[in-house]
Amino acid sequence: MLSDRQRPILLANARIVDPSRDLDFPGDLLIVDGTIREAKRGIGAAGVPEGTDIVECRGRIVAPGLVDMRAFVGEPGAEGRETISSASQAAVAGGVTTIICQPDTQPAIDDPTIVDFIQRRARDTGMVHVHPMAALTKGLQGQEMTEIGLLKAAGAVAFTDGARSVTNSQVMRRALTYARDFGALIVHHTEDPDLTGEGVMNEGEFAARLGLVGAPKAAETIMLERDIRLVTLTGGRYHAASLTCAESLDVLRRAKDAGLHVTASASINHLTLNEIDVGPYRTFFKLSPPLRAEDDRRALVAALAEGLIDVVVSDHNPQDVEVKRLPFAEAAAGAIGIETMLPASLRLVHNGEIKLITLLKALSTRPAELLGLPGGTLRPGAPADVVVIDPDAPWIVDRDELKSKCRNTPFDEARLQGRAVCTIVAGRTVYEYV
Amino acid sequence: MNIAPKSSFVLSSRHLLGIEGLSYADIVGLLDLAGEFVELNRQIEKKTAGLRGRTLINLFFEASTRTQASFELAGKRLGADVMNMSVSSSSIRKGETLIDTAITLNAMHPDIIVVRHHASGAVELLAQKVDCSVINAGDGQHEHPTQALLDALTIRRRKGEISGLTVAICGDILHSRVARSNIILLNTLGARVRVVAPSTLLPPGIERFGVEVTRDMREGLAGADIVMMLRLQRERMNGSFVPSVQEYFAYYGLDQKKLAYAKSDALVMHPGPMNRGVEIDSIVADGAQSLIREQVEMGVAVRMAVLEALSRNLPNA
Repeated sequence: MLSDRQRPILLANARIVDPSRDLDFPGDLLIVDGTIREAKRGIGAAGVPEGTDIVECRGRIVAPGLVDMRAFVGEPGAEGRETISSASQAAVAGGVTTIICQPDTQPAIDDPTIVDFIQRRARDTGMVHVHPMAALTKGLQGQEMTEIGLLKAAGAVAFTDGARSVTNSQVMRRALTYARDFGALIVHHTEDPDLTGEGVMNEGEFAARLGLVGAPKAAETIMLERDIRLVTLTGGRYHAASLTCAESLDVLRRAKDAGLHVTASASINHLTLNEIDVGPYRTFFKLSPPLRAEDDRRALVAALAEGLIDVVVSDHNPQDVEVKRLPFAEAAAGAIGIETMLPASLRLVHNGEIKLITLLKALSTRPAELLGLPGGTLRPGAPADVVVIDPDAPWIVDRDELKSKCRNTPFDEARLQGRAVCTIVAGRTVYEYV
Repeated sequence: MNIAPKSSFVLSSRHLLGIEGLSYADIVGLLDLAGEFVELNRQIEKKTAGLRGRTLINLFFEASTRTQASFELAGKRLGADVMNMSVSSSSIRKGETLIDTAITLNAMHPDIIVVRHHASGAVELLAQKVDCSVINAGDGQHEHPTQALLDALTIRRRKGEISGLTVAICGDILHSRVARSNIILLNTLGARVRVVAPSTLLPPGIERFGVEVTRDMREGLAGADIVMMLRLQRERMNGSFVPSVQEYFAYYGLDQKKLAYAKSDALVMHPGPMNRGVEIDSIVADGAQSLIREQVEMGVAVRMAVLEALSRNLPNA
């Protein structure tokens, strides 16, 4: 798939947006040997090596490729739902050049040999960079910490129990303490499972009207509060995997104000949808954590705009029709999102809720920084992971045309404005929208 | 019998409950006396008369082969009558058992009781209930004074002087009474003490023990004269305090590569029993820099010195 030697690429007459350096200017970007050579005004055809592909961007945005910090990929064990190959096709169509896959696989990514397996599969079948997060506890059982040192040395970029919370505070304390010695980041799904109980959507009026058991916001804030206390105690590095409600943002703000190593993500779903979207029991809107009230969504967007929320994730979670075409309470939770994350988030820009550069920072620069990855920047010398974005192109999502193996998108038939039109990974063009 | 130590050192206190509370002079006096016993123990005629007529009880609430054997031999070489008692801790409720046992034994008029107990502070509690001398042979995660003394004797005989040496104590500091006693003793004698462990095996506040703290073996062993390894209990290896044996050995196990960070003439110690392949590699444990067998020899001498020095203080001595 990879050609041995790539021709240099000049992305000409673009709007260069580099959130890592707070730059937003009209100019050209030159890519040579898989790395960014320079980004400046007026490189032009005269200033490039012989044989350079010149791509006329006509004022479109050139930005660092997106780094999706939370995506479920079915390898190993659930290849029917998604493979590294299918996920990476969805990724490039969405402008994502780095996927951080989650350890809730079968078997779980809790052993260095499985990290190695993921890396080999990514090299052989992927089109984007794929880095696994490793399990924080063995078998995701929440009892015994994994080999954090050896897993990190093998290439795990962070440690998480995926969609599960570590309810045992002693286990969490020791994991944070131990991980600190290795500078490892712990990413945690903040939900008290006992308090959520049988809850399947946000607790409140809408759940009551639908006759569904509600999941209270306090299940999230309680776990986040506990975690912050443990971070205070241990000095560990901590990232909340997906915050959804205004109360959690207050907790997060206090932690950051106190100077703790605490950061957080919000999923594209929680930034652009709310509980009312569930409508008549639409299971593609059944998520964990659940979609919240509109006030919570607005608070999340405001937090993103001011940088309190660090990262936007797709929380990509492919589910078969068989587990979605069920009564709401019995259906599986999760939505695909890697391909629609960028266009859906551009809604926030078009609505004037957030600046483009701020959004792109949360989609690329911040996750790369938190995970210690070289992407997320257009700095000269950085790997040429780049996306060309047409911010205005109108299109309608057709779930049958999405690249993921599963169709469970909450954005089916959504009218979106803007999308990735060209995706470049390590200097090679891997996607072009025609 | 014409052999007897020349030193007339007398321990000023009735009991030996910990290194804490011993003066510099106490420690040096014990080490000097122990040094004489090392020589006596290497003769064919090993028996002296310091404890003739005395009764020594080894009261072990926690299983121990080497410490118990070491005290038994020490008592016998000094001419005492030695009785070993192993008490199962599960028999009766613990507090009751301990004090009841103390009162019962006290009625038999022993002169010295050597006690090991799984609970920190238990030996001191027992000492309050008896009229004889009590020696702490290890209480919970608190102190193990004779181990620290034998370690010091071993170091002193090899390096001449403890003052100015850099000693790295590595491994499970959190649960180690050996570490606590050694930190106090080595600091008293003027060594520079470092502790090296993953954060999960360091007690909070360890920085205020007068030690340098590091989580990295390379940093901790750099320039060390002595590398003292601690035992990691099996139940702590599999995810509770450290993830696995493989990972622990990779980052904290003493192998030749890590030992090379220390001074070229650094010496390796371990209080035993060792977990080969966990905290220490066999090649190092059995290698030329290892003092581990010598520690055992010093153990008998140190315990003889402690018994002798305490007995000189006993009534009718």
